[in-house]
Amino acid sequence: MLPTDETKQLSFNRRIAEGDLVIVYERHDTMKAVKVIAGSVLQNRFGVYKHSEWIGKPFGSKALSNKGRFIYLLAPTPELWTLVLNHRTQILYIADISLVVMYLELVPGCVVLESGTGSGSLSTSLARAVAPSGHVYTFDFHEERAASAREDFEKTGLSNLVTVGVRDIQGEGFPDEFIGLADSVFLDLPQPWLAIPSAEKMLKQDGVLCSFSPCIEQVQRSCEVLRSSFTDIRTFEILLRSYDVREVNIKDSNEDGLVVSGSRKRRQFSQEDAEENSGHQVLARPSPEARGHTGYLTFARLKCL
Amino acid sequence: MSAIARDDAASAAEAVAVHNARVTWEGCSVLLDINDGDRLVFCRLSPAATVKIGNNNYSLRPLIGCPFGSLFQVDSGADGPFLSRVDPSSQGKEVPDSIDESKDNRALVDNNKAQTLTGEDINAMRSQGATGDEIVEALIANSATFENKTSFSQEKYRLKKQKKYAPKILVRRPFTRSICEAYFKKYPHRIGFLRVDTLSLLLSMANVTANSNILVVDTLSGILTGAVAERLGGHGHVCSAYMGGTPYSLDIVRMFNFSSEICKRIVSCSISDLSTTDTANSENNGKHVAATESQPMTLQPSDMEDVTVSLEKETSYNLTETNGSFNLKPCKSSKAGEPASAEVVRMWKESGFSSLIIGAPDIDPWSIIKGLLPLLSHSAPFAIYHQYLQPLATCMHNIQQEKLAIGLQINEPWLREFQVLPARTHPHMQMSAFGGYILSGTKICGSAG
Ligand SMILES: C[S@@+](CC[C@H](N)C(=O)[O-])C[C@H]1O[C@@H](n2cnc3c(N)ncnc32)[C@H](O)[C@@H]1O
Repeated sequence: MLPTDETKQLSFNRRIAEGDLVIVYERHDTMKAVKVIAGSVLQNRFGVYKHSEWIGKPFGSKALSNKGRFIYLLAPTPELWTLVLNHRTQILYIADISLVVMYLELVPGCVVLESGTGSGSLSTSLARAVAPSGHVYTFDFHEERAASAREDFEKTGLSNLVTVGVRDIQGEGFPDEFIGLADSVFLDLPQPWLAIPSAEKMLKQDGVLCSFSPCIEQVQRSCEVLRSSFTDIRTFEILLRSYDVREVNIKDSNEDGLVVSGSRKRRQFSQEDAEENSGHQVLARPSPEARGHTGYLTFARLKCL
Repeated sequence: MSAIARDDAASAAEAVAVHNARVTWEGCSVLLDINDGDRLVFCRLSPAATVKIGNNNYSLRPLIGCPFGSLFQVDSGADGPFLSRVDPSSQGKEVPDSIDESKDNRALVDNNKAQTLTGEDINAMRSQGATGDEIVEALIANSATFENKTSFSQEKYRLKKQKKYAPKILVRRPFTRSICEAYFKKYPHRIGFLRVDTLSLLLSMANVTANSNILVVDTLSGILTGAVAERLGGHGHVCSAYMGGTPYSLDIVRMFNFSSEICKRIVSCSISDLSTTDTANSENNGKHVAATESQPMTLQPSDMEDVTVSLEKETSYNLTETNGSFNLKPCKSSKAGEPASAEVVRMWKESGFSSLIIGAPDIDPWSIIKGLLPLLSHSAPFAIYHQYLQPLATCMHNIQQEKLAIGLQINEPWLREFQVLPARTHPHMQMSAFGGYILSGTKICGSAG
């Protein structure tokens, strides 16, 4: 997924090849990750698509089903991956992820510790930020989840950037081998305050810790623990409001209260006037449904000694 | 092409080491956070550099070689007041643990008569070498009303006096996070009111990562270009594209501690040069260079809040990375934003850019993106920032009509900060109500592809 692998770099000349991961786009809310295998087919409500017909096309191309319906074949990115991955847990989405990466001050070469791995949604973006020379060490105490995450990082080509460990981070803390080596630590755990003392030992001076918690009580307890060795403790909530854009016909009323765009009236105008007054405008309004809460993000900086 | 695309491993490591350094050095850029964000000042550290706090100028020499995140305070010495590092073990804000409900404000009269210590008394204390903290304690001891205040107002009183008599200076790393926050707080118009969370979204939506070639249209003083360069870490390129003959200002790029390796990856090119099909056109190249030479990018003093040390004063310092493995030259500000070489422009034309970010409030998004989309590789993501919704809505509609991209979305981030304290947790009373709009999408492969 990342251009660290030169053969995976986007380019006008890059063609879909056997073994590539593609994101099949039906609609913005209907997407799927598919591994291209010459003999395979993809079947959806639009019909059957042969992978062999995809091979050799550029990414971003249309593909047709046996019924003549089309989909788009996109190159995977961490954003698209977050939308298509298998949910084995609650996951972080783009708004929280983006703020986390920015506030953790991740740059290429950084070492990040994360727990829990969950479905690997955040880990994928952490890996993108620290590539090509940094590393993400992510821990989950759930053996199958860790294994599935490992498989996913293999699939997305990130396994050289992400290492998944099975460990009870609340109980045992992060492994001692990382003491003083982490640029940043991220926690998405039910009782983050139990892991904070360990996170503190792992961080470099001035390194940033982030804890994500859905409930304010979790935040409250975490902050109490943070205050002894951390500074710059800040808690945020971030949400996205999305907008629907439509061409709508908003009618103008004339002095008599009659509708201008009526066909009888319009004949009196020149063609140009008619277009201007017919009321077709491109307008935007907030989408009526939105996610109302994901969690609180608490950031803190390790005090300098 | 691959010679450019590939990185010299050693210099890339160097780039990361300087940029991610956790200890200051002579010649490095720092962000001084004075009294918890009351003042934010970018400085370049040198033995001769000073910062003015209150009525005094303080040498920045004590800041050289200290870890980022160190806290300094004013101390009095034989040669007058100077900056000295606060012992971290004595640090730590005392936050009242709970609301003291036995006291309230009913008897409080604020008539300025409560303080018995006069200005002369304070000056006398000072000349006898009292520290700022001692003055604050004396003020508290001589306040008739302090004892009767609630613990919450006591803390407020202490903080107010501390800011005046014992200012604290925090040495922050100039990273995208701190730089964007500093500008948003003090000079938001210079960065087109781009809030840090909005910037973070632009970087995600445009899939910015090492080894990419990112096209930006940045009329926001270089904040976008700098943020992208930070994420590239010296691998790949960020191309600041401009309309007309003069590159846009990259002033903010100089606030980062970019190594020369990272600066080399920040180049500029006119949109017309990127769009012409004939790259070997020497006449074109000549024009391009001439235009760049006339650009006044490096000579203006930084106008960040009363910056006492302009970042341009730097001479050729030798930076030494703390663990001694590198001996590095600082980023000469003139290096960032040099004209893109013919070779690299040819590579972009052959391969296409990996993604595009536009932050140009004065340019109509549709008028600019329709010319730039063809320069992007197929399936490349893009993100456009704007303060107004309508131009983005129109742009989105037109892209849809012409079937140039999919996954089109307009989003507006909403960010709320919280005060978290025992029994006193609530959202901040003041918040930024607007961080801008983003139109994002993915370019699709047209019939031409
Ligand atoms: C909500 S998920 C994390 C989701 C992740 N941030 C993402 O974006 O995909 C929380 C994970 O923490 C793991 N977990 C819970 N307690 C743990 C512990 N004590 N040690 C390690 N992992 C733990 C759970 O197994 C679960 O997978």
